[in-house]
Amino acid sequence: MNRLVALTLAVIGSAIVSWVSVVPARAQGELVLYCAVQEEWCREMVTAFERQTGVKVAMTRKSSGEFYAQLKAEAANPRGDIWWGGTGDPHLQAAEEGLTIEYRSPVMAQLQDWATRQWEQSKQRSVGVYAGALGYGFNTDLMKKKGGAEPKCWADLLDARFKDEVQVADPNSSGTSYTMLATIVQLMGENPGFDYLKKLHRNVNQYTRSGAAPARAASLGETLIGITFQHDLVTFVVDKAPIKVIAPCEGTGYEVGSMSIIKGARNLDNAKKWYDWALTPAAQELGAKAKSFQVPSNKGAKTPPEAPDFSQIKFINYDFAKYGSSDERRRLLSKWDGEVKNLPK
Amino acid sequence: MTRSAALWLVLGGIGYAILPWYLVEGLSPLSAKWWASYPFGNAGSGLFLGWSGDRWWLGPTFLPLLVGAALLVRGGRRPEDGRWLTWIGAAGLVWMVIAGFAIDHRNWTIDLFAEWFGPEKQAGMGYGAFATALAFLMVLAHGLAARGFCRSDAFVVSAIALVLGLVLLFVFFPIAQILVSAVEDNNGHFAPGIFFVKFFDRSVWGLDCVYSNLRCGVAWNTLFLAVVVGVGTTVLGLAFALIALRTRFQAKGVLRALTILPIITPPFVIGLALILLFGRSGAVTGLLFEWFDVPRTRWIYGFTGVFIAQMLAFTPIAFLVLIGVVQGISPSLEEASQTLRASRWTTFRTVSLPLMRPGLANAFLLGFVESMADFGNPLVLGGNYEVLSTKIFFAVVGAAHDQSRAAVLSIVLLTFTLGAFYAQYRWLGNRSYTTVTGKGDSGLPVPMPKRMAWLCYGTAIPWAMFTAVIYVVILVGGFVKTMGRDYTPTLQHYITGFGIEQTSRGLYFAGSAWDSLWTTIKVAAVAAPLTAIVGLLTAYLLARQRFVGKRSFEFITMLSFAIPGTVVGVSYILAFNVPPIEITGTGLILVICFIFRNMPVGVRAGIATMSQIDRSLDEASLTLGARSFTTVRRVILPLLRPAVVASLVYAFVRAMTAVSAIIFLVSAQYNMATAYIVGRVEAGEFGLAIAYSSVLIVVMLLAILVIQLLVGERRLGRRTAAAPVLQAAGG
Repeated sequence: MNRLVALTLAVIGSAIVSWVSVVPARAQGELVLYCAVQEEWCREMVTAFERQTGVKVAMTRKSSGEFYAQLKAEAANPRGDIWWGGTGDPHLQAAEEGLTIEYRSPVMAQLQDWATRQWEQSKQRSVGVYAGALGYGFNTDLMKKKGGAEPKCWADLLDARFKDEVQVADPNSSGTSYTMLATIVQLMGENPGFDYLKKLHRNVNQYTRSGAAPARAASLGETLIGITFQHDLVTFVVDKAPIKVIAPCEGTGYEVGSMSIIKGARNLDNAKKWYDWALTPAAQELGAKAKSFQVPSNKGAKTPPEAPDFSQIKFINYDFAKYGSSDERRRLLSKWDGEVKNLPK
Repeated sequence: MTRSAALWLVLGGIGYAILPWYLVEGLSPLSAKWWASYPFGNAGSGLFLGWSGDRWWLGPTFLPLLVGAALLVRGGRRPEDGRWLTWIGAAGLVWMVIAGFAIDHRNWTIDLFAEWFGPEKQAGMGYGAFATALAFLMVLAHGLAARGFCRSDAFVVSAIALVLGLVLLFVFFPIAQILVSAVEDNNGHFAPGIFFVKFFDRSVWGLDCVYSNLRCGVAWNTLFLAVVVGVGTTVLGLAFALIALRTRFQAKGVLRALTILPIITPPFVIGLALILLFGRSGAVTGLLFEWFDVPRTRWIYGFTGVFIAQMLAFTPIAFLVLIGVVQGISPSLEEASQTLRASRWTTFRTVSLPLMRPGLANAFLLGFVESMADFGNPLVLGGNYEVLSTKIFFAVVGAAHDQSRAAVLSIVLLTFTLGAFYAQYRWLGNRSYTTVTGKGDSGLPVPMPKRMAWLCYGTAIPWAMFTAVIYVVILVGGFVKTMGRDYTPTLQHYITGFGIEQTSRGLYFAGSAWDSLWTTIKVAAVAAPLTAIVGLLTAYLLARQRFVGKRSFEFITMLSFAIPGTVVGVSYILAFNVPPIEITGTGLILVICFIFRNMPVGVRAGIATMSQIDRSLDEASLTLGARSFTTVRRVILPLLRPAVVASLVYAFVRAMTAVSAIIFLVSAQYNMATAYIVGRVEAGEFGLAIAYSSVLIVVMLLAILVIQLLVGERRLGRRTAAAPVLQAAGG
């Protein structure tokens, strides 16, 4: 009997001890940051912000889609203060569902048009912090072996030479690839656009799950051509991988990496402080330091030399309001699922 | 009243009157601020908060405790004690549940009450509430025991109550929350029609691949993969177990080490290594191309790749389950068969193999379920072969943001898993597999028939060598610049991750991976023993006790294992982000998540091993006057050592390598190693990812050694060929 009691108490005791040892450090920082870009960049930003303002930042890094799902699940009792970076669509979606709040930063006037447009479209709930152009890259070694002219346009990707050589993400799982779907539709019109995607399907060896995966696969030679954002490819070029980045000649779409303040933020003032600071040139130039080569949204911020030169890229007039809305997205995705994905090769 | 019941009542009193009732956010019990307004204020106890009117709904909790106190004061044992204890426990629990769920951190959860009583709010349960609730539960159990439940065995009733309470709270409650969204549209309105549309969708159940070159539905893909992997891992695991125990193979140690390695490998890494070897520009592919002109293809992406990776990853689990079972088979039965002139082959086929049935069934079940739940390998290697786990993940986080589809697909997955569970239940039937009895077993293990031995060697040894090659790749990967492109040796990855700087104030852990590594080790070390305790306790109840609703009980314990990690992650946020249990963002939620996700392996291993142990051993112990608890501790537990090792190792390892469940549960303070590695892989930094994984492998190896050392080997009354006389003592 005594042993029974002793042992049960020991078990309970250990449970309580574990509770004690695990819980108390839950003191949150003075700003809880949800950071959706590469880890290095997040760290650079956090260190710089802490140094400048003295506000202690607790940072979590996930993908933008993951943060959207988390925000939605946490809506009853929000944990985060600010959501910085990551592709714009989940930010728009969160704005649409009222998970984030309106804010007008005094820095607004210094921003590029596309950044302000994101802010207007989200009803002031989300602002652009960087932009990245869609494009593709090919493995130069493999291309030499293959022979023939290098591709320059979207149309070139339909060449029979590239059968089973093109890799792109599945738009259902990746915002990058959804940007491409929407770009093609806007560039060519809906029906010709889907015809293009059906023809491209014959050349696609794999629809990856993650948007940046085709860049990695091309750098390793697992695929000849990878369609993704150009800055994701540049990261590998800087790393001396045999990759050449192409901005398609017909014109291309882009993403607007965004920032939103979370509704119910416990440290609202600090969140606003971060918001204003993250839009300044000094903060926006930190990306290049962490090998992220997106184009900053502040007109005064220097664009890193490695970044794709936006003045040389032909852009389409990407309609974020229409193609960012959840209804249109669901419609296009289910159409792609039905008409393209399951086609025989 | 028994003394343990009295003790529980006292604990309940302490929890209510002294300990802080609520969890105080942002403050540690060690800080002075915490105690400033005690016993009132944030850290106040239930008694003071309740009766000062501050949190008046805590007041009524006092009533059952008061009755308990009266019983205590009166003392002695009376027949009506049982009824009183039952009443105290039940009333206390019911009130705590009502009061807990009626008010959250904002207001009443039912608007009508807010109008009646005015606005109120409360924080999540803290130490006091936890202790009080536990005490009520235990008092209830003791009351029921006193009224004759489970032959008045208080230990058994308490154990059932504890496990049931925990499982209901941490498995059933969160999962029910998310499964509700299966019958909701995307705006949260009730729409049962949508469920059927999504459930019977062609992309789920389509059979196009049978009669055309289109792809089949994701459900069939998953099922097919899981069955093949389940069978494959069981066969390989059996081969390894037989070689390890029934042959005189020389390098057994190496073989065992090789079979353990994959289980301690973080996700993605096996997939990456396979790509680096067999991908289109992989090392092996390159050699084959240059030497034999085998064209470079992408065959590794798709079913084949995932199958190989899962076989590598899950064979060890089958091995861990089977080795205990093979070891437990009584040699004297086999000897008897041979004395009756059966050949070695017939003996193996008609005696040994049927006795392994529980092991085989459980090994298959685990392989099957693991394959269904696996997320990392299909993600890296799946190509265009879609499975449910990845599809569910991207239904939640992908561009479509369709949580209800994720819930529907989870139900499909759940159906398969529970179907497999039911099938194994039927297959095992009501036969007896008892081989570990109280009588000393003097038989010699029969060597395997030649054919069988060669078959085992033929399958296991090439596989072991293959595993070895994979690990060489992983080891090397951390020390070269970019695996697959640039093989310049470098230590850069380790310095980035695990750099230590010598500063004037001593050592400074500068590497970016240290934080997540410490957290991971700590969480895993806390979770592993608790997982093993809960798992084996459950196994004991299921295998040894009879009680009403046992089947449903077993069913619920399997639930969390069968649910994909992503769904568990989201459901934990939904359930535990608001009072009464508000633990998101803490390490505790990670620990709890691991306990209930990994517990089923302990349950399975425990049941498989226990079904071999003769009940007469328990009975002998009980007859000699020992209680259930003593019997468990002195008789069953020592015989369960292989299962203890299996569940401890598994729990520790899985806590260090889980991905999909924890992606949503990690926070700034509690970041886990795998979340860090996934980030690296996404960024294309394979070198650092592989280097970190190598470090994790070493940590886990050390942990396994420590566990082996602590738990020790099981000694059965068996003779070995080498030392036939020494182990004459009975088991």
